Amino acid sequence: MPVHDVIEIIRGDRRALEEYIYSIYDRIERLEKTLRGFITIRKREDVLEEAVRANMEEKPLAGIPIAVKDNISTMGIRTTCASAILENYVPPYDATVIARLRSAGAVIIGKTNMDEFAMGSTTETSHFGPSRNPWDPDRVPGGSSGGSAVVVSSYMAPAALGSDTGGSVRNPAAYTATFGYKPTYGVLSRYGLIAYASSLDQIGLITRDALDTALLLEHMAGEDPMDPTSVDLKVSGLYRRLRDIGAGRSHLSARLVIVREMWEGVEENVAREVMRAIDRLSSSGYTFEETSIPEIRYALPAYYIIAFAEASSNLARYGIPIYGLKINPENMGWEDYYSEVRSRGFGREVKRRIMLGSYILSAGYYEQYYIKALKVRRVLRDRLLPILRRGYIASPTMPIKPPRLGEAIEDPLRLYAMDIETVVPNLIGAPAVNIPAGFVDSLPVGLQLIGAPMSDQDLLEVSRSVEDIIGISNTTPKTG
Amino acid sequence: MDRGVMIGLEIHLQVNTVKTKMFCRCSSDYRSALPNTNICPVCLGLPGSLPVPNKAVIRKAIMLAIALGSRVVDRIVFVRKHYFYPDLPKGYQISQHRGPGMAPIAVGGGLEIEGEGEPRIIRIRRLGIEEDPARITYPYGDPLKSPYSLIDYNRSGVPLIEVVTEPDIRSSREARVFLDKLLTLADHLGITNPDLEGAFRVDVNISLENQERVEVKNIGSIRDIEKAINYEIARQRGIVAGGGKIKRETRHWDPLRGATFVSRHKEYEEEYRYFPDPDLPPIAVSAEVVKEIEDGMPELPWHMAERYVREYSLSRYAARVLVSRRALAELFERTVKIYGDPDKVADLLINDFLGVVNSRGGNFQLVRATPESIAKLLSLMDKGVISIKIAKMILKRVVIGGEDPEEIVAREGLLVISSDKELEELAEKVIRENPKAVEDARRNPKAINYLVGQVMKLTRGRADPQKISEIIRRKIGLER
Repeated sequence: MPVHDVIEIIRGDRRALEEYIYSIYDRIERLEKTLRGFITIRKREDVLEEAVRANMEEKPLAGIPIAVKDNISTMGIRTTCASAILENYVPPYDATVIARLRSAGAVIIGKTNMDEFAMGSTTETSHFGPSRNPWDPDRVPGGSSGGSAVVVSSYMAPAALGSDTGGSVRNPAAYTATFGYKPTYGVLSRYGLIAYASSLDQIGLITRDALDTALLLEHMAGEDPMDPTSVDLKVSGLYRRLRDIGAGRSHLSARLVIVREMWEGVEENVAREVMRAIDRLSSSGYTFEETSIPEIRYALPAYYIIAFAEASSNLARYGIPIYGLKINPENMGWEDYYSEVRSRGFGREVKRRIMLGSYILSAGYYEQYYIKALKVRRVLRDRLLPILRRGYIASPTMPIKPPRLGEAIEDPLRLYAMDIETVVPNLIGAPAVNIPAGFVDSLPVGLQLIGAPMSDQDLLEVSRSVEDIIGISNTTPKTG
Repeated sequence: MDRGVMIGLEIHLQVNTVKTKMFCRCSSDYRSALPNTNICPVCLGLPGSLPVPNKAVIRKAIMLAIALGSRVVDRIVFVRKHYFYPDLPKGYQISQHRGPGMAPIAVGGGLEIEGEGEPRIIRIRRLGIEEDPARITYPYGDPLKSPYSLIDYNRSGVPLIEVVTEPDIRSSREARVFLDKLLTLADHLGITNPDLEGAFRVDVNISLENQERVEVKNIGSIRDIEKAINYEIARQRGIVAGGGKIKRETRHWDPLRGATFVSRHKEYEEEYRYFPDPDLPPIAVSAEVVKEIEDGMPELPWHMAERYVREYSLSRYAARVLVSRRALAELFERTVKIYGDPDKVADLLINDFLGVVNSRGGNFQLVRATPESIAKLLSLMDKGVISIKIAKMILKRVVIGGEDPEEIVAREGLLVISSDKELEELAEKVIRENPKAVEDARRNPKAINYLVGQVMKLTRGRADPQKISEIIRRKIGLER
């Protein structure tokens, strides 16, 4: 059941709330062994107590449980980034989005699995082991917010927070037939989001549909004095506006833009299924145009250069003994201590990215790689913004079906290539969504829509209308 | 002065006049607080925390740039400077740098110093803002002898302004004159209170003609800087004279042994992996803002000195001494307003007041004297109520103790004894009790001073020695 329905049932009704939370924990009991969506699950009694209190205090979110990706700081709840180096780290503060959700009456049910430090596209680089796709447990759920997508698609939580640096929310949403939303850069405060690549990172939402995202967004968005990169997007009334769209009520018709280069290298049956969804939209009054942006081919390398460079810097902090591994620094030189902690604490993929990033930022290469990547980023923005003012760029969210466990992770280049569709919005700071579009071999396939920066409200309204036309949102996977 | 010597300074001025840290709102007082009490997720570099720049520090840095005639950038970019050291909780220091996509807050400018002979301009290369690292304490002094080190993060994030000169300085004396002038400027602009421990630290670059340069890091007092420069010049000369070459290296100054030593820590020069901090969007500085800051600037010390010469007809020397500290200049001007006679005020402040302050390490924080109390002291002397001797005696109590001179005099009966009768009685007593000294005085008129001294002692300094001398001469028949 989506959040907006659950809230109607539990609001002011303690019995219904208790029943709902019990049912959630029953599902966790039954499914979590196989799916491994969570790293930390809070005790049912604690969640229940907080939920009942929020409900009695008539908070707008009425005690609804929310799952949170394990790279978003939660005061008093272990936050590991799926890394050994933070295995025992309990943040002394709440991320801004968490503080806002809590004060609106949401309750954190647990912390979800992810690729270590969000570095990966399959949730397989987690120190705690991979999550599995509810639609086929032999396959990955995508990543890096794989756990969040798993728990939402299998009803272990009604909604989840993820983070999206190059597709980490949209990718697992596409692979689990859920709605994934990456806001315009700055719409959700990054304060408390453990950084991977600061200029690309955005907190995002994985929900059952666009309406739920609108509902939660209203309680999370807004400028944050703790995050100088945050922006002020006014979102009040968004939920109400979305509610009046679709389901036999009004329909929007927007213009969709097909960028040819974004369909190159897409698995044929995936492309066909997404195109089928777009055809249905066009027969419901959506218009579309085709265009070519050759520079899109540079997006992936530029993305990885920027992401690795920033990651190598952001992860430099893990080494001082205030968190991290239990290694006694006494009688150890600093350099030995740092080496020991970092060699033992970081996984392979993280080390690979730190090393590449350090190389990129080192004297002599900084200009050759980093500065050049920033130029690509500017060119892409200049090319794409005029197009995004005309319409929404539509593409498959993922170029391939969800890989089997172990299939993609062995070859880093293949792993990185999975992000080809999703990195563009992060590079230009634009909002983007994944909308369930269909199935290929009984596996979910997603449609990605990219909007102009700060057009998040319109994008969500269109998403609501698209969901309504395609009509497969809120489907239940077979493991459920 | 030596033409073959080139010295450049990197001065880190602590902005200890601003109450909060550079990138968070923690108190920047690390001197009196218990270790690790003024800390938060930001200055501890906890995962997910984000820096928020302190605008007050930026304004002060712009002020200093204007005073030095430097060119202020139109976009302030903060960069990350990476190195692993436990005093750096993020693994990088937020700083400023010159390079592609990066620029310090100001470049160019200079400061004129009175050299030996013609005044010379020491050119400024750049001026930047950065954060102070945490403070490390080694329990056995030496890091190699200590099994552990203690880190106080109260200092982490304290704002610093870095001023880098061109290698225009030729001698230790010039270095001192330059630093004195810069510190005076920082004091007047309300940037750095030089009385506080750790108010500034200097890295000194010294090279001989056609030789590599040697950097002596982290010297905290002007005396030590002078000594280190002299030591290095002699050391390097010795090597060159012996046919050797100077190695490019980093050394540190050991004040106890009075020598520089090669630093044990490896220097990762040029490998700081500088890049613009993606958490801090560039801050635009418009010409209007610079103008507004300039208009709000206090009078510069060298302008103030010129005005003293002009308005108060003081000597250049007196004017320069009075403006050497803002507190002293203020005391001077306010005392003149009450008392008049700038010459007398200047004389008292320079000769007597400063003597007291300098006997306490030149620390103006200990000064409790007010313009009123200084003015009263001067009037008491003018009216002949107290003698100069008494004035000097009670000066310390007025300056450091903050006592009111009129009250001291009234309470302790220090008024000048002007009654001749009383003085004559005392003189007679002394003559009676010192027949041998009287004999001496009759033979040798200079020996009379002993008798005068004895009378003065009886009056506890409350009389005019000249007058006593006259009385005694008369009484023992030297004069009529």
